[in-house]
Amino acid sequence: MTDDELIWRIAGGSGDGIDSTSQNFAKALMRSGLNVFTHRHYPSRIRGGHTYVEIRASDHEVKSRGDGYNFLLALGDSFARNPQEEAYYGNEEIKPLTENLDELREGGVIVYDSGLLDTEEVENFDERVEENNWNVYDLDLRGLAKEHGREIMRNTAGVGATAALLGMELDKIEELMQNAMSGDILEANLDVLEDAYESVQSDYEFTHDLQIPTGEHEEDQVLISGSHGIAYGAIDEGCRFISGYPMTPWTDVFTIMTQNLPDMGGISEQVEDEIAAASLAIGASHAGAKAMSGSSGGGFALMSEPLGLAEITETPLVLVESMRAGPSTGMPTKPEQGDLEHVLYTSQGDSNRVVFAPGDAAECYEQTRKAFEIAYNYQIPAIVLYDQKLSGGHQSTDESVFDEEPNPDLGSIVTEDDLEEAAKEAGRFKRYMYDSDDGVSKRSIPGQKGGNFLASGNEHNEVGHISEDPDNRVIQMDRRMAKLDSIREELNENTDHQPVYGPEDAQYGILSFGSTKGVVEETVDRLNDDGHSVKAMNVSDLMPFPKGEVTDFLEDVDEALVVEMTATAQFRRHIQGQLGRFGEKLYSLLKYDGNPFEPEEVVSGFESRIEGSADLGEYNVRIESATGD
Amino acid sequence: MSAFNAIGEEREIDRDEFTPEIEPQATWCPGCGDFGVLKALKQAMPEVGRNPEETLLVTGIGCSGKLSSYFRSYGFHSIHGRSLPVARAAKLANPGLEVVAAGGDGDGYGIGGNHFMHTARENHDMTYIVFDNEIFGLTKGQTSPTSPKGHKSKTQPHGSAKSPIRPLSLGLTSGATYVARTAAVNPNQAKEILTEAMEHDGFAHIDFLTQCPTWNKDAKQYVPYIDVQDSDDYDFDIHNRGEAAEMMREAEDALYEGEVLTGRFYVDDERPSYQQEKQQTGDMPEEPLAERYFDDDYEWERSYDLLDRHK
Repeated sequence: MTDDELIWRIAGGSGDGIDSTSQNFAKALMRSGLNVFTHRHYPSRIRGGHTYVEIRASDHEVKSRGDGYNFLLALGDSFARNPQEEAYYGNEEIKPLTENLDELREGGVIVYDSGLLDTEEVENFDERVEENNWNVYDLDLRGLAKEHGREIMRNTAGVGATAALLGMELDKIEELMQNAMSGDILEANLDVLEDAYESVQSDYEFTHDLQIPTGEHEEDQVLISGSHGIAYGAIDEGCRFISGYPMTPWTDVFTIMTQNLPDMGGISEQVEDEIAAASLAIGASHAGAKAMSGSSGGGFALMSEPLGLAEITETPLVLVESMRAGPSTGMPTKPEQGDLEHVLYTSQGDSNRVVFAPGDAAECYEQTRKAFEIAYNYQIPAIVLYDQKLSGGHQSTDESVFDEEPNPDLGSIVTEDDLEEAAKEAGRFKRYMYDSDDGVSKRSIPGQKGGNFLASGNEHNEVGHISEDPDNRVIQMDRRMAKLDSIREELNENTDHQPVYGPEDAQYGILSFGSTKGVVEETVDRLNDDGHSVKAMNVSDLMPFPKGEVTDFLEDVDEALVVEMTATAQFRRHIQGQLGRFGEKLYSLLKYDGNPFEPEEVVSGFESRIEGSADLGEYNVRIESATGD
Repeated sequence: MSAFNAIGEEREIDRDEFTPEIEPQATWCPGCGDFGVLKALKQAMPEVGRNPEETLLVTGIGCSGKLSSYFRSYGFHSIHGRSLPVARAAKLANPGLEVVAAGGDGDGYGIGGNHFMHTARENHDMTYIVFDNEIFGLTKGQTSPTSPKGHKSKTQPHGSAKSPIRPLSLGLTSGATYVARTAAVNPNQAKEILTEAMEHDGFAHIDFLTQCPTWNKDAKQYVPYIDVQDSDDYDFDIHNRGEAAEMMREAEDALYEGEVLTGRFYVDDERPSYQQEKQQTGDMPEEPLAERYFDDDYEWERSYDLLDRHK
């Protein structure tokens, strides 16, 4: 960790307002000209249970959560204090301290709510403080909030204390509070904020060096999650129909869409299950709307069947898959990338789909737009694959990313003229015509005169009737499969679509996909600064796979480390499967403990593999050879 | 709107227009009750004033699913049990379409039972025909959700220990606003009921008794069918939920004892359809969503305008 950054962790119980407080504070930091990246850690529980949000803020670009953190605001878990008779909560009350100290850096700052937390109960607290040179400030945040009427405002008190300790002006925070609240509640919060700020300034002697970094943005910034990126990409592509069933973390996209679509003349449907959700999106798309659905692991499993239906009927369909740790229900609120193969290959038969895996909020926006374009132009299912980390984490992003014209084009649709022509030439419209250059045969929309056809999940002939004729079968399969090649060609026309990060001629490579992008890029910077020669490629086009570019990347390096949040090296297997070689060059760095990678872990993973120098013992990561040991 | 130039077209409609130009691949056996559904549906369409191109017929899988192959319209032959979710979204996206969904007793009451319950609950404006022959036909004669208790088949060799589902009661309690039962052997009644169902503004559920001459020779095609409206023995108020429920219970009990009661069992003209409710709450546009995409002058709202809350 460098000195010019703040990594602020606010810890408490689920339901204690950690999320909203951190959102506001992150915005205030962004408004002060800093780059911001947030990481949300929470249990699968509504109220109570240890939760924290980390905000990393710096003048330099921040692409990951960073390593450890340097400022802890420990609020206490208010819900742990009043357990129901039958509930087992254990010693959760002090968790905001006990669960977080391991990752707090040397010389870091601790502010804890002495109204709720007792450091006497924390094992070896004083020794650890001394050992690590921590600067501890105990404040009765609860008492302070209570004085102004509402105990819940202790998060506001904590933010006021933070600002005082870091030498931060209150104006940006106050502005944001004025936007979010009004009346008595606003007044009370402003009072608490100022009270905490002033009492820290007057009553405490500061022992720490940490100050708020200063920065300035070249462009206007917005604080956006990957889920916002996806939802906004869909909206700008003219998606006005969404159907879904709540499931963490997919619910984020579903909620954002539902909160916006009806006001934009769109439709959102919360339905009985995920099979229905995907089937509704197919129905709406068939009827002439741009539609989307999505889910997470188990819910997406249910969509396997409609996914194939969309493919064989050639109904455009966009699905979102937000991965969480599996198998089965797994860890609902923790990120992993283990649904990769599930998403690439689910559904019966030789089925095809397009899969994009964006790496940050801006890519979520861009690639969702691309997914819609491809799905509607080529009449094929397109999936946007991301994970819990990108779903809930917010990052400051250039506002200009979203300044793109809308594209409500439905893609390959016949016109009235086409239909008249078809009637003259062939006697009727051939929905699934055999001869087409790119595998795409134009579709009609119910209600178009002369366009009627049968869309069938059974194999069908060129007019849409069910057919088991062997020649027709081969023609239709080949035509549908040809789409992926056409799509690969179209994607390749954009020469820089899988950009290489770092020096082109580097000796070593790191490969990743999806949300590990940022942490890998930071690692590459750090390794090159330390005298290594490393480059990285974050692959976002997973299907069709950019074979040429990944081959070029791998041919030039001695070895490559494939960094992924899976236990079975699915991404590495995908690369080997697609390219058919490079087994001897590929090593995996795997993490599947429910937490995203930190740069230090990837640096150590690299050094351990290349130099045999680093010890991975203290991390939950594992190196694995592609060829076995 | 020129994009949907067949919707609302006023002209004389001939039932033969609903016959496909080509012979579909034969699935239905000679003597199959499904032909009766097809015939009744073709007869009802001109009565409702709908042409093939403004009609969307969504089917599931199985013999019943092949209805869309034998019927000329816009068709969507979906997957087992899933006709309803496909159909209701199409109707929401373009309410101008006449949407009919169809499935079998396995498809509709078994694998698709959950969708049935929820589509009825929401009262989507569509017609749902369930081909009820008390057997899985296309997979060669397994016990279905409407097979009688004790029914023996390859999958229930000792006879089924399960009581059959009660389709009419299920439709009513789930929220269907038009519930009827008709039969392939009653073509005139079937046509009338289908016509009413399509004209009904809400979810119309028709339990359509069909005979399976191959796998279910016990099916009740030879017993007398009684129309509850035509018979003096049955007096109930079709708009009264309680009386309708009582009548349904009687019909469902009697069915497996050889007395087949058909006709309309429940009609609720008061409750608005789901799309009307959704439009009232501002959750759905007044004009068809699908039309937007063909309107060059429509101003599409952009996400850029939503960014203020993220600054």
